[in-house]
Amino acid sequence: MTINKNLEGEKLTIVLEGRLDTTTAPELETELKTALNGVTSLVFDLKALEYISSAGLRVLLSAQKTMNKQGEMTITGANETIMEIFDVTGFVDILNIE
Amino acid sequence: MKKLNIEARTDNLREVLGFVDVLLEERECGMKPQMQIDIAVEEIFVNIAHYAYGDKVGNARITVDFEGDPLSVVISFADSGMPYDPLAKEDPDITLSAKERPIGGLGIYMVKKSMDEVIYEHKNGENIFTLKKRIH
Repeated sequence: MTINKNLEGEKLTIVLEGRLDTTTAPELETELKTALNGVTSLVFDLKALEYISSAGLRVLLSAQKTMNKQGEMTITGANETIMEIFDVTGFVDILNIE
Repeated sequence: MKKLNIEARTDNLREVLGFVDVLLEERECGMKPQMQIDIAVEEIFVNIAHYAYGDKVGNARITVDFEGDPLSVVISFADSGMPYDPLAKEDPDITLSAKERPIGGLGIYMVKKSMDEVIYEHKNGENIFTLKKRIH
């Protein structure tokens, strides 16, 4: 998986490419521990994300919890299969998906 | 029927998925079922890697078979770790808000929802978890 970050003022965009699974989710988790300091708007761009397992969902949920305290979080570009996973797990109601 | 006997460690996940994916691709499995199957395989294998043998490392035996028309894949996972029925776990409340929602507990729920059949058995000292999914 590739993680690309783009910070403009207090807005952080994270572009995820590849697979967010048991082996790669810890990478993103580590990244988020420091990257969210001072961020009030977090955008996950999932256009190039091919796969997400429950390990990946856990990281998104924990980012959402952090952002609830300090601003907002948005998901963009999720493909159809990933949208279905958000649907089945009830994440469509928790996450702000564009 | 194809078999893979492998140490149940999370760093073997790629190899396990590779083994399953090659067989699915040979049978021209659709993209969506393949992704759902991959997710299910990941959840079950990682569960075994994390919990079956406590602090020790043991093996998982994975078998893949195809049956029926329309074609379904049948994948089973056997381990000789401590008896554990993942299906006995109550489903998470997916209507809770992010704040109330516990982190985790979704994996087995996703497996139940996306597969056509899931079976747990404890036989001859082994946990055997079998999943079945139409691939066409």
